[in-house]
Amino acid sequence: MTLRTVGLRLAGLVVSLLVASLLIFLATNALPGDVAQVILGTNASPGEVEALRQRLGLDRPLSVRYVEWVTGVVRGDFGTSMITGRDVVSQIAPRLEVSLWLVGLAMVLAILISLPLGAFAAVRRRHASGFVASAIAQIGLSIPAFWAGIWLVVIFAVTLRWLPAGNYVSYWDSLGQWALHLVLPVTALAVVQASILARYVRSAIIDVLGEDWFRTARSVGWSTWGALLRHGSRNVAISLLTVIGLQLSTLLVGAIIIEQVFALPGLGSRLLLAVGQRDLVVVQGIVLLLVWAVLVINFVVDVIYQFVDPRLRRVGTNR
Amino acid sequence: MRRANLVVGGVLIAVIVSMAAVGLFWTPFSPTAISGPRLAPPGWPHVLGTDGQGSDTASRIISGAKLALLVGVMSVSAAALIGVPVGIIAGMSHRWVAAILSRGADILYGFPALLLAILFAAAVGGSTWTAVAAIGIATIPVFVRIARAATMQVMSQTFVEAARLSATPPLQVAWRHVLPNIAPVLGVQVSVSFGLAILAEAGLSYLGLGSGSDVPTWGRMLREAQNELFNAPLVALWPGLAIAMATMGFNLLGDGLRDLLDPKLREIA
Repeated sequence: MTLRTVGLRLAGLVVSLLVASLLIFLATNALPGDVAQVILGTNASPGEVEALRQRLGLDRPLSVRYVEWVTGVVRGDFGTSMITGRDVVSQIAPRLEVSLWLVGLAMVLAILISLPLGAFAAVRRRHASGFVASAIAQIGLSIPAFWAGIWLVVIFAVTLRWLPAGNYVSYWDSLGQWALHLVLPVTALAVVQASILARYVRSAIIDVLGEDWFRTARSVGWSTWGALLRHGSRNVAISLLTVIGLQLSTLLVGAIIIEQVFALPGLGSRLLLAVGQRDLVVVQGIVLLLVWAVLVINFVVDVIYQFVDPRLRRVGTNR
Repeated sequence: MRRANLVVGGVLIAVIVSMAAVGLFWTPFSPTAISGPRLAPPGWPHVLGTDGQGSDTASRIISGAKLALLVGVMSVSAAALIGVPVGIIAGMSHRWVAAILSRGADILYGFPALLLAILFAAAVGGSTWTAVAAIGIATIPVFVRIARAATMQVMSQTFVEAARLSATPPLQVAWRHVLPNIAPVLGVQVSVSFGLAILAEAGLSYLGLGSGSDVPTWGRMLREAQNELFNAPLVALWPGLAIAMATMGFNLLGDGLRDLLDPKLREIA
């Protein structure tokens, strides 16, 4: 992959980010519905509504407001909340930590579960035990993460009383409590993600098992598992990497719901609070943050992919 | 064993669909009115017990099937009606058009249904329609991608080349040659997307971003059940089972159809 292709892709990314920001802005601002009216309630006089519209800057043309918003965001200024009057960044920043731990740990746990589960389902696919492994992944795929979360609470918090049912403790206050409070939400989020990943791991490994070079490795004396670990891991890593990139948005969205189940003070719960208050500036800012994160990480995965997979490197230069 | 996917999937879907069909005309009790004591355990006459309001859980589950399927049908068909033509155009056209269309699909791919639903709910307030719109729009890029990839495969075949060389107009090529050949792949995707749509709708109504409180939905039932978790955990069981059954039914049907279509895959799996 040459510097030129990286540059071209980078330009493509910038265009995507801008288009995404425009879509978000239009969805919150161009749809019918008067925010000032909603905030003040139906009893407000037309004069009061007009005054609030002016204070919020809603009376100016859409294009001006969009350009102001985006240039602000690029400088790190997401605007001020329509309800609290404080700037959005200072309200988002403390919550970022909670969401990052939740998503990050869930991703790690999901990979740790999906690799052995998927590999087992692939290698033993002609046996009943492999079928059971596939069935487990199928079930995990079909249950909503929040339902898994509710049942984890019923079992481990309500019945056994081993773990707390919700809330968040900062690791500055108590490392042990921090870990205990994250066990259930991270598990709930990871179970569903692991099921999705396990299916991809399974089909990636089935592909590997059918390769000529794999048969050669087996015939020179490697065991199935040994040959997989020694020669197949790169193939599996490549397909896992792509799926993780594509599934990232599923994980972020899942985290929003899981935060609600476990009353975690993360980005998602702030976002839902803002939706309830019709605080469009905060909604816009957090959604933009999430969508941009997905686009940027997929870009990074795409670039890493080119480096990990030597077959694509050649194709990349041709394009 | 090979057809197990199709059979189990078909049975699960049949159960959900007949539940929805029955729910159009009849439920044991009113799904919204109070019909018994609060949090009654499963028994008679409340087969699955009652919820925290005293409404019959079984009636609410049956009534919820209607909405789940309705949202699924509307959002997936809207997504397919928009996504498939765009994908076919992208697959049949040259560099520029194809690049712009797939880049657009990629950007939309960064917007999951929940984020779109949140944007709509913030702007105009949540309802069944914002949920349908959000899930539908979020599903479009999936159809664009699949339709494009499948179209490109068909376009490289000799019979399409023959048609193009004999000056068949592109629209006719798309209708007569491309669409029938990519239809099976699209069918698989419709089934899988349907499962995802039901899952997404449940998430939205759990968060209170979907249908209003007067409509019983599986997601909303779970949200309400969470308040009674210490007293009656069973209330949180049934709606989740219904969601899982519906989603799994469509997933398995999709898997089964895929195996049927692709003899090579059937051999491997």
